[in-house]
Amino acid sequence: MTSEQATGFDPQVGRPRRSRLQSALREILKAPIAAKFGILVILVYGFVAIFAPVITPYGETEIVGPEFDVWGEQFILGTDGLGRDMLTRLLFGARNTVGIAFITTCLAFVIGGLTGLLAAIYGGWLDQVSSRIVDVLMAIPQLIFALMLLTIFGTSIPTLIIVIATLDATRIFRVTRAVSLNVVVLDYFEAARLRGERIFWLCIREILPNITAPLLAEFGLRFCFVFLMIAALSFLGLGIQPPTADWGSMVRENAVLITYGDITPILPAIAIAILTLGVNFLVDWFLHKSSGLKDGH
Amino acid sequence: MNNRLLEIRNLEIDGESDEVWHEIIKDLDLDLDRGEVLGLIGESGAGKSTLGLAAMNFVRPGCRIRGGTIRFDGQELTAQSETTLRKLRGVRIAYVAQSAAASFNPAHQLIDQFSEIPVVHNVKNRQDAEADAKGLYRRVLLPDPDAIGYRYPHQVSGGQLQRAMTAMALSCRPDLIIFDEPTTALDVTTQIEVLTTIRDIVREFNTAAIYISHDLAVVAQMADRIMVLRYGELVEEATTREMMSDPKMDYTKSLWAVRSFKKETETAATEINPVVKVDNVTAGYAQEDILKNVTFEIHRGQTVAIVGESGSGKSTAARVITGLLPPRLGNIQFNGQVLPKSFKARNKDQLRHVQMIYQMADTALNPRQRIRNIIGRPLSFYLNLTGQKREERIRELLSLIELEPDLYIDRFPDELSGGQKQRVSIARALAAEPEFIICDEVTSALDQLVAEGILRLLDRLQREFNLAYMFITHDLATVRAIADNVVVMLQGEIVEQGPKTDVFSPPHHEYTELLLSSVPEMDPDWLNELITHREKHGVMASTSTS
Amino acid sequence: MNKILLMILQRFGLGLLTLFVVSVIIFIGVEFLPGDIAEALLGQGASPENVAALRKKLGLDVPAHTRYVNWWLNVIQGDFGTSLANGRDIAELIRVRLANTLFLAVVAASVSVPLAILFGILAALYRNSLYDRSVNIITLGAVSAPEFLVAYVLILYFSVTLGWFPSLSNVDADTSFFERLHRVTLPAVTLTGVILAYMMRMVRASIINLLASAYIEMAHLKGMPKLRVIIRHALPNAWAPIANIIAISLAYLVVGVVVVEVVFIYPGLGQLMVDSVSTRDIPVVQACSMIFAGTYILLNLTADIVSICTNPRLLHPK
Repeated sequence: MTSEQATGFDPQVGRPRRSRLQSALREILKAPIAAKFGILVILVYGFVAIFAPVITPYGETEIVGPEFDVWGEQFILGTDGLGRDMLTRLLFGARNTVGIAFITTCLAFVIGGLTGLLAAIYGGWLDQVSSRIVDVLMAIPQLIFALMLLTIFGTSIPTLIIVIATLDATRIFRVTRAVSLNVVVLDYFEAARLRGERIFWLCIREILPNITAPLLAEFGLRFCFVFLMIAALSFLGLGIQPPTADWGSMVRENAVLITYGDITPILPAIAIAILTLGVNFLVDWFLHKSSGLKDGH
Repeated sequence: MNNRLLEIRNLEIDGESDEVWHEIIKDLDLDLDRGEVLGLIGESGAGKSTLGLAAMNFVRPGCRIRGGTIRFDGQELTAQSETTLRKLRGVRIAYVAQSAAASFNPAHQLIDQFSEIPVVHNVKNRQDAEADAKGLYRRVLLPDPDAIGYRYPHQVSGGQLQRAMTAMALSCRPDLIIFDEPTTALDVTTQIEVLTTIRDIVREFNTAAIYISHDLAVVAQMADRIMVLRYGELVEEATTREMMSDPKMDYTKSLWAVRSFKKETETAATEINPVVKVDNVTAGYAQEDILKNVTFEIHRGQTVAIVGESGSGKSTAARVITGLLPPRLGNIQFNGQVLPKSFKARNKDQLRHVQMIYQMADTALNPRQRIRNIIGRPLSFYLNLTGQKREERIRELLSLIELEPDLYIDRFPDELSGGQKQRVSIARALAAEPEFIICDEVTSALDQLVAEGILRLLDRLQREFNLAYMFITHDLATVRAIADNVVVMLQGEIVEQGPKTDVFSPPHHEYTELLLSSVPEMDPDWLNELITHREKHGVMASTSTS
Repeated sequence: MNKILLMILQRFGLGLLTLFVVSVIIFIGVEFLPGDIAEALLGQGASPENVAALRKKLGLDVPAHTRYVNWWLNVIQGDFGTSLANGRDIAELIRVRLANTLFLAVVAASVSVPLAILFGILAALYRNSLYDRSVNIITLGAVSAPEFLVAYVLILYFSVTLGWFPSLSNVDADTSFFERLHRVTLPAVTLTGVILAYMMRMVRASIINLLASAYIEMAHLKGMPKLRVIIRHALPNAWAPIANIIAISLAYLVVGVVVVEVVFIYPGLGQLMVDSVSTRDIPVVQACSMIFAGTYILLNLTADIVSICTNPRLLHPK
């Protein structure tokens, strides 16, 4: 028995340990409606993206009917300007648009996260140089930079992914560097360095586990940003190219219907908005949650 | 005439964290007469500040008053409108905050922030208010009282800001001032001066005061009567002298007794060669030297305490020894061998033998690692222990630091109390089987009882393993308890060093004298005697008001 | 005061340096083109003679660094060269369109900035109230929607259904001021909606941060009236964050303009740039990028200078 225990100093002794999964599930059950909506949206979109070929009535680029057919039994949401089924293309869009945005965000995180971590740990000239490069890159508006690079390198999907991931990596670099710096100044990190630990251990065991929460939130926000950016580029005709079914370009291709009061063309835009909203709700709750926990200490 | 100024009955205050309300103040009564000074004492989280603010019927965001009455000068405050309360605040009840640097608005001059109280409350016009401010600045012994008010907060030192804030609290000559740990952020030598000022001013204006502090010796100097709080409840209440001489409750007694720990025997150096020698080291950042020509030795089985105020360079010394800050001149020797200047150039064995225990146990342990891995890592890293052997050693170390292995080995740091975390830090240092451990303010973030437990543990381990300790601390009580040798530092230089008994007994070096005499003692008359003594010898002007 | 001047000059120099680096990137990027502009223009079947002739005509036969210097010298004189697509003078092309874009941006900004600051501060003051919670949901929704969704919904309702505003915002030199205002209403509202949400969220967060300071609590404990606490104690410390937010939002607005101009077929710089990207009219893209990047850098510079000029630590040095 320690003296603290003897005098009842420790209100937390005997607090039951709970598994991560269990407590996560409990938190989700307690979450507000908006956050639950976010989770539901992400699950549905994920399902559609994975099973698009199975649940769609027609092929992605298959011409199945007359041009601009109205909503009906055969084509629930009508057809587009080339006579392809709208519903099919809308569902495939989940796979293409969301998939590409997701891959881009992941790539951006690998680039920005890694450089940010290393800059924070090594400091010195490496930090200086990479931070100045990022400063300059961030001094150019992203969409403009993307437009410029796409002019130069052409508009294929790999180029699109690489260009946007590189540009977005700058923001992730900043965030990762900032949150890692918060850890780097802590005593347990110093203790690990003084023990003689290698860079790999420092990153994987000392820093990463302690910055997952802010990085996860940042992942959500960056995904929304990348997703909207790709949608905007596609809408401008400079992103994902036809005949791939994509929400941004679908809006543009069918925009003419709007002047006749038909809402079909904005359905893909609504699909975009719902997913971003869902992710934003989830991130909002998550941020509230993780900052709230900090207050409790 | 009724002499009662403040009367709090059955006060209950709740605080919210993570959407759950819990009690901060439980069914508390408080009485205060005109001109009386009441000391509120307790450890962190005892509810002292919350209670102090409640005297003005003010609660911080996330808190609420659930029940009870607060009567100020016959007026029931809980029933009053916000406007009525506003007219009371600053005029009849004033507040002096812990951090003056954060509590002064950076965008306005000191005198503006002073004058706005009487002006907004229609007590004085602007001119009179400024004239009054200058008078009070003079009264609280601020340098250049006619001009200092026109400075901005960042242009003034911490001790001076605390005086300016005391002056500001007096702007409308309130009936009651609440002092919320006003000297906690200050160095000991500055603290004395601010304490004296506060006490004199409270007496001169016959203001009632609530003086909040975790430091018993400080409260003993200031208060007529003391209330001891714990977990939001009253433990004991008595006049200061009675409380000091005859505490009734066990908890209060334990608070009084904590400074009683003393190392059994002082260890003289048994071997000629020191374990660690800091040899004529000069080090610093950029152009500035923080350490200047510093030399001292630490022998096996011995504790050397490095004493000094903030900015003295005592923490820098630790960074130089561990190799985090390579020295500009001089070197560090370990068992007669010169260590590479940077830790990056040191080999595993050299790293292993110099271990460190930190001030904040909260940040010293990775919150995402279980105790098993925290203690186990040095075992596998330095000593190549794996599997069953490693597990057994971890359990052995846990028993050594008096934590039940079965209960604690699978926990995360946030499932431990502050003192337990500090014990785990010690176990992690021990796991490396070092010869030398640096203890950087290891007890200053802990409540007094817990701190004493840690000191006892460190002392036992030292005897068991013949360890050499370097204790960095500003707390002279700790030094008295555990040190064999003492090194006194001031602005990067060693002022005096030698065996504790030599350093701590007269004749002292001038600065050691100032430092030693500034540490508040558990004697209500200590401050009086000190002031009289200093006035006689003219040592009041100190180094740290600049 | 000298220190402030020095810092401002420093920021200014940094801004110029960034602009320089940006121009190098914009210029060098083109050098990475597979083949060069001449080949790209003429296509794969072109004879080597034709390509060489075009190269000479475009000035591609001189070394890259000389071309870069020449390009800058021309840009400083307001000469961006000629468009590859139609051979027109780029400066001429841009002037009208820049004016149109600025008109749209100014209309959107003059509505959104004051509203955002007002609503943002209100949300911060009445934190966790019903108003704050609904503002949170609504702004999150607005931030989540792509600009073209907002634009088409507005067209669908105000143009197609109600017929109040035109769905195409075509303006030319002869259009009167009020007619212009009428035609840019829908694009301006679209931009306002998106910017407003962004700004409000940021203003709210920074004000909440500010109100948590110890000196604000002190002001309350001194018995200062609520309004005085905000105006006298919070506001002087809020300029820097608010200036920053305005700069970021305006920079965002400059970019958001691209999509909105395309939806409403508004003859602005963004529309021009998108067209030029499709036709790979590189000199025009370069010129537009420089202008957008320049504006962006200028806005950030302004925010920096505002925060320097309102920082009491710098205004009143020790």
